[in-house]
Amino acid sequence: MRELIHKLVETYGPSGAEEQIRAVIRTEVEPLADELRVDPLGSLIVHKQGSNEGKRIVLAAHMDEIGVMVTYVDEKGFARFTRIGGVNPLTCVGARVAFADGTVGVIGIEEKRDDTSKAPKFEQLYIDTGATSRDECPVHVGDAATFVRPFVAQGTRLIAKALDDRIGCAVLIETLRRLERTPHDVYFVFSVQEEVGLRGARTSAYGIEPDLAIAVDVTGTGDTPECAPMAVALGKGPAVKVQDRGMIAHPAVRDLLVQRAQEAHIPYQLEVLERGTTDAAAMQLVRAGVPSGCLSIPCRYIHSPSEMVDEGDVRNSVQLLLEVLRTA
Amino acid sequence: MILRELSEAFGVSGKEDDVRAVVLDAVREYVDEVKVDTMGSVLAFKRGTGQQRMRVMLDAHMDEVGLMVVGYDNDGFLWIRAVGGIDPRLLPGTLLQVGPERIPGVIGVKPIHLLKKEEGEKVPKLEDLVVDIGTKSKDEAKKLAPLGTYATFATEFRELGPTVSGKAFDDRAGCAVLVELLRGERFRFDLHAAFTVQEEVGLRGARVAAYGIEPDCAFALEGTIADDIPRDKDVSPTTELGKGPAITVMDRSFIADRRLVRLLTGTAEELGIPHQIKQPGIGGTDAGAIHLTREGVPSVTVAVPCRYIHSPVALLSLDDFNNTVRLMRESLSRLTRRT
Repeated sequence: MRELIHKLVETYGPSGAEEQIRAVIRTEVEPLADELRVDPLGSLIVHKQGSNEGKRIVLAAHMDEIGVMVTYVDEKGFARFTRIGGVNPLTCVGARVAFADGTVGVIGIEEKRDDTSKAPKFEQLYIDTGATSRDECPVHVGDAATFVRPFVAQGTRLIAKALDDRIGCAVLIETLRRLERTPHDVYFVFSVQEEVGLRGARTSAYGIEPDLAIAVDVTGTGDTPECAPMAVALGKGPAVKVQDRGMIAHPAVRDLLVQRAQEAHIPYQLEVLERGTTDAAAMQLVRAGVPSGCLSIPCRYIHSPSEMVDEGDVRNSVQLLLEVLRTA
Repeated sequence: MILRELSEAFGVSGKEDDVRAVVLDAVREYVDEVKVDTMGSVLAFKRGTGQQRMRVMLDAHMDEVGLMVVGYDNDGFLWIRAVGGIDPRLLPGTLLQVGPERIPGVIGVKPIHLLKKEEGEKVPKLEDLVVDIGTKSKDEAKKLAPLGTYATFATEFRELGPTVSGKAFDDRAGCAVLVELLRGERFRFDLHAAFTVQEEVGLRGARVAAYGIEPDCAFALEGTIADDIPRDKDVSPTTELGKGPAITVMDRSFIADRRLVRLLTGTAEELGIPHQIKQPGIGGTDAGAIHLTREGVPSVTVAVPCRYIHSPVALLSLDDFNNTVRLMRESLSRLTRRT
């Protein structure tokens, strides 16, 4: 799986510009699909036909990642920018960003600030592509970029940008690869625009009308120095969501995940997340309502360019999804 | 000029009746069907020539920001609250029209002779402002302007030369563009025009209109922020007057469909129509509601840049207006399912 994860995390795909990452995922899943389509907002939907004895199930992971967008290019060729999704200005200073065509920029910070001990504001940051004038600047207003940071595997830990939620995409692809027979009609949804408001999952779920939906996404942990308390740790198994800021998981979906994990002796943890939410929150409220839950991969430093997950948690997530799909 | 009639019509969110009447009169003879939906939006249908089997939604909102009467004091002054985004700094001394009868009113202000220095430096709060409609008692005021009465700015439309000024260009400019498009030749696809209600209070009319229309793609037509006014730092403007229609790539409500953005910029470049990309991340439009409808609708926003929107008087360039109509018409004539 490492090679797949490596490829997924290093592919460009900020919210609203998922063409490149969609093409990469499409290549992986096309041979495995009974039916494949791209819906109106750009989400990739892979259908795996069941034996008609089970449910219509959506498994959703979002393809998009956080990033930045150019808002203005000044006379000297420096580009001002805004964020796409929850980018932290603290992780911007000194970072490199790459645009769709591969152009790289460095994020600089204005030196004249009232209080340099405070976290910078986005208005004080700019992207420097090395251009010396507006006309020469290779990037334009409306162009989007993502952070640059190479993938590293060290021991059992994987470190990369955009593990949120390419690791979920990798889990879905691996599950699809290893899925042999299932009674369920399964729709693997690689959704768009999660980071800007769970938009793609909402419209995809409307089109599919599932009986049950599970989002596969990252969640925070409570195992780093002086962090906010949270009963989730890296390496202790996938987390079954109880609730987050946007959703209370449907008890039947939560119990299904817990029960299958116990039966198959897969380690798992229960998760209550106090900040953030996932595609499941949007899918739950579509049409007349969809029983929804979330399988989370514990992840440190979410939304920084160096997110960290445990490879064992990733493998166990695949295992647990296979257990869920195996029987009715 | 249809923009004059639209601008001068009374249409605060939730009370769009006057604008609706102007729109109905303006488009009726140019469309195949027209109806008013449950929320009050005007939905006009213009059949295509049949060459493209596609449903295209064009949206412009009829409502404008304004004020609502929420109480009275014993001397016959009206208490008010904002409907939509109003900057209280602009209100003292402003002329209003109150209610469907358009009763003239003035937002009361202390003359400068009596103003203490500290008072002069403070921004007034909406709760501290009153509207004076000449009434002398609570009962008299209640009778003329019952609770819930809407008020809007009493601003005449003016032609200043290459620019025009008036109230409610957000979004009567978009309404006027849409009227012009409906008055032209048929397109190859079926055109569904929606003149929507209640955008300024949460994109409400567009949401249900799009649900009913079930479009394959959508264009929101707007009057948007032009802040090309003097500034101290080289970091903006959002859009500039005279530089052509502004195309949205991303704002707070949605991310535009890249294919539609390319259609618009490609058409503009091909024909030499001036155009600009609106500074991303600012504001929101009906496209925010439309693109999330049902299974999702690829959407984009195209706007006429307007200085001083949401104030008693806005200003736009007629060249920008005409170029917006032209860019939309030419882009739509190039729109296919494959776009």
